[in-house]
Amino acid sequence: MSDVAIVGIGMHEFGRHDGISGMDQGVTAVRRALADCGQQWSDMEFAVGGSMDGGAADTMVSRIGLTGLPFTNVVNGCATGGTALAQAVNTIQSGAGDLGIAIGFDKHEKGAFRIKGPRGKDWYGGSGLALTTQFFGMKINRYMHQYGITQPTLAKVGAKAFRNGALNPMAWRRKPLSEEEVAESLMLSYPLTQYMFCSPGEGGVAMILCRADKAKQYTDRPIYLKAAAVRTRKFGSFEVLAPSIAIEHDPGPTSAASKAAFEMAGIGPEDVDVAQLQDTEAGAEVMHMAENGFCEHGEQEQMLANGETEINGRLPVNTDGGCLANGEPIGASGLRQVYENVLQLRGDAGERQVPNDPKVAYTHVYGAPGISGVTILSR
Amino acid sequence: MTTIVAVADGIFEIRDGKPVLLGTRCTNCGNHMFPRQTGCPRCLFNEQEDVELATAGTLWTWTVQAFPPKAPPYLGPVGDDFTPYGVGYVELPDQLRVEGRLTVADPEQLKIGMPMELVLEPLSLDEDGNQIVTYAFAPVDNGDQS
Ligand SMILES: [Zn+2]
Repeated sequence: MSDVAIVGIGMHEFGRHDGISGMDQGVTAVRRALADCGQQWSDMEFAVGGSMDGGAADTMVSRIGLTGLPFTNVVNGCATGGTALAQAVNTIQSGAGDLGIAIGFDKHEKGAFRIKGPRGKDWYGGSGLALTTQFFGMKINRYMHQYGITQPTLAKVGAKAFRNGALNPMAWRRKPLSEEEVAESLMLSYPLTQYMFCSPGEGGVAMILCRADKAKQYTDRPIYLKAAAVRTRKFGSFEVLAPSIAIEHDPGPTSAASKAAFEMAGIGPEDVDVAQLQDTEAGAEVMHMAENGFCEHGEQEQMLANGETEINGRLPVNTDGGCLANGEPIGASGLRQVYENVLQLRGDAGERQVPNDPKVAYTHVYGAPGISGVTILSR
Repeated sequence: MTTIVAVADGIFEIRDGKPVLLGTRCTNCGNHMFPRQTGCPRCLFNEQEDVELATAGTLWTWTVQAFPPKAPPYLGPVGDDFTPYGVGYVELPDQLRVEGRLTVADPEQLKIGMPMELVLEPLSLDEDGNQIVTYAFAPVDNGDQS
């Protein structure tokens, strides 16, 4: 699959922006993506967009142009951005359009997400179980017990995120924090502290895609999509907000999406030069390194100690600061990862540029109720 | 005397002051589900029977809820009255792993693999003054064990 290219990217700064709606941030991202490849909104043959709390994406046409284009709204939890991208790819591959745009934006209220109990019953939330933070604490606690990952390793992940975020002008949190500051911050959901968790935030990302054979018309530095795969949970997978889980074990949607994407791209984890992995919290990054095939379970302890996932390391992970430093505007988060990878492959990532001319870049999003999206990009 | 009421119908029954979880068992493959549901996600068969789940098991994983959840939906005490509580999955042998509150919130006292049993946990009083309760898991008192 190398028949689709990304030719333009645009982003609205992540963070907290009082007085700027989620939709405003999406519109800014669209205008910046159009400018990036010298196109007009009227050149777009189709659009796919999504947002969880920012309103219906398609209504933005009243501000950027009533051109009559087909505009599809997608809502797919934390994988909304990744799904928008996958749909845009499908649209081009099906021949329904040669040039289009994928858009994700959001703006959430402060604090942990307010979640209603499963199946509409309030016993779950009423009992104090409807918090995604609990799942993350429990998953990494079990993982640490099984594979010998320690708390200092979680603090290393947090410190790396804020160090990288400090180098990223679009990031929300740009102040480096030491491992001690991360480890000693407020314990929210054992073993995870405040600075090991990302917060719901705001932001917008848009990207313009086209048929690969037409890419040079729009840019002299096209980035090719080698794979885009989305998978949901199977029986036996341990997922967020589950009142019960089976004793039977399935490795989960991340492993499935990763395998599918590598197969589609015809390459393996050893070929990847830079990776953006879902880091809702520090433990998630650790577990997702293995679930995406970049190491065996338990090897992360030594990899982090060796600095292998630093910008200058063997496999740089979350070079833009990840969710930890950027926050998580649900609709935009998956596209932020792709945006960062496009910058890295173009060599435009500035102070946080991965050295030695990276050629293959990988993104992974994960979210409720057990969905993962993976993309693989190459120059 | 305060009347005890379950946080919702159909999740557990209260018997001798203890909760009994209401589950479903697939008549085709034996898969257990909680709460009750129709349709088996394991074998895709659509005939299930109601069962009561085991009342004890072992702690599979856990965390501690250290900050007050948003209320609503949370029915327990918040603000200054909030106290941290444990949350975990308890593996009921040969059935499934059930998520629930833990009566212990001290990380020093929680170990993966420890035996746990079901108890009632008070949340708050409803508008009629009834005590709303949910189910929780407590460490099995094994002081008599040799
Ligand atoms: Zn079955």
